[in-house]
Amino acid sequence: MATVLEDVGKRTLTELDYVGSLNIQWWATVRAIAKSLPFVGNRYRWQASVRQMLEIGVDALPMVSLMAICSGFILAMQGASELRRFGALHYVIELVAVGFTRELGPLLTAIAVSGRSGSAFAAEIGTMKVTEEIDSLRVMALEPVEFILAPKYLAALISVPCLSIASNVCGILAGGLFMFFSTHLAPMLYMHYVLTSIQLRDVVTGLIKSVAFATIIAHVGCLEGFRVSGGPDSVGRSTTSAVVKSTFLVIVGDAVFTAIFYLTVTP
Amino acid sequence: MAIISVRDLVVEYEGRRILDGLNLEIEQGETMVLLGGSGSGKSTLLRHIIGLERPKSGRVHVKGIDITHCSSPELKAVRRSIGVAFQSAALFNSLSVEDNVALALREHTKLAPSIIDLMVWMKLALVGLGEFGKLYPQELSGGMKKRAAVARALALSPEILVLDEPSAGLDPIVAAELDELILLLKEAFQMTVVVVTHELPSAFRIADRIAMLYKGTFSSIGTKDEIKASENPRVRQFLDRIPGDMAKASEISVYFEKYLESPEAN
Repeated sequence: MATVLEDVGKRTLTELDYVGSLNIQWWATVRAIAKSLPFVGNRYRWQASVRQMLEIGVDALPMVSLMAICSGFILAMQGASELRRFGALHYVIELVAVGFTRELGPLLTAIAVSGRSGSAFAAEIGTMKVTEEIDSLRVMALEPVEFILAPKYLAALISVPCLSIASNVCGILAGGLFMFFSTHLAPMLYMHYVLTSIQLRDVVTGLIKSVAFATIIAHVGCLEGFRVSGGPDSVGRSTTSAVVKSTFLVIVGDAVFTAIFYLTVTP
Repeated sequence: MAIISVRDLVVEYEGRRILDGLNLEIEQGETMVLLGGSGSGKSTLLRHIIGLERPKSGRVHVKGIDITHCSSPELKAVRRSIGVAFQSAALFNSLSVEDNVALALREHTKLAPSIIDLMVWMKLALVGLGEFGKLYPQELSGGMKKRAAVARALALSPEILVLDEPSAGLDPIVAAELDELILLLKEAFQMTVVVVTHELPSAFRIADRIAMLYKGTFSSIGTKDEIKASENPRVRQFLDRIPGDMAKASEISVYFEKYLESPEAN
């Protein structure tokens, strides 16, 4: 019994240590992020941020779009198969539009970015740690958080919400295609129904979520990289860990945000 | 006054003592070689001299500042006066060689880009890489990487140059070229140079003084001639290349006797 309690205690302390490290890293990055901004910050850091935006955002756009189109079709078809029985096929439009803007768009984007960029952050920083590049930065009186993490975080904060919007558009367009082929609903009429069913708060809650997801992905990926110790095998472990932990935390975060929005907004 | 002063330095990793009360003074303008076998603690000592790690106890003063207890801005100020070339070169693979050298200049000075380009070319030309600035680290040979790392370490014209195993893994000709480069730098810029190595020819070529490390303590500190003439058994073993007692025949026979007597073998 004592051993079980000890194990639970140790595991709890480990998890608390991890969450504490994430918070410390987040605060250090927030303090350093001003130097990555255009005009007011260091121009080399801003250039690094733009490069990261291209990698996180532009390079992921085809994948995120395709995922959103497939998910839009799936949601529309699954919804239609049930709603058709009640003669409520037109509710498919609302299901797809609201489902994507509030939930699926940001979530699908976060999962795609976590797999692509979260793992890349961990691998890049982990390799830099193993090859003493992080030590090199420190002895050159440069802060790794400011030099490496802040541009990545700024890029994620901008790219992930943009990708979420693209994901929303693709998902909703896929729903429109389904409605056109199944009910011959005119595209303009479909868009009219979409715009009347979405409210501003749906878009805002989706964007708030995507900012939170960007924070989780960037910080978990980078923390896993900074925690690498030993040889190249630990880089592989940290990469896997970054994807698993960030995906898990994104879904937990999604549940928390959805609950908060449900409890505070629903009358 | 010594530019680097190590006093009673004790370093432990997970309860294992790596450095045991080291004392060392390095004077301005001198080349100090930290010599010792693998695992003797020389790289660990170096990491404490450049403030990458904090010791269990003891002090490391660089230019009069105790870097084991100073504030972060003070440590950064000290680090700007130290140039470090790591054993693995540790060049940033995502940057070209010239960007590697330019990095510290761009971050710590307000020089115009054209001046920075000129300074970068001068540093690279100094180490014989003037033509190779556009290449990326993965396109360089081992010796060129080490020289590029030295050029990067020289970027801010530091007072102290620290080199970790500069000739490790290099052929004798390239290693000798690096030795000559270190001597040239010292003569041209009057730098204090700290070199970690276990290469004897290199150590005796470049050193003003040599500190010999053995199992976390200094077995001898002295000039090249004093070290060569030393009667210290550890120094003699190292210089005369006498094998250690890693695998004593008696220990092996004791192990096998015990094994043969055990129920497992019967």
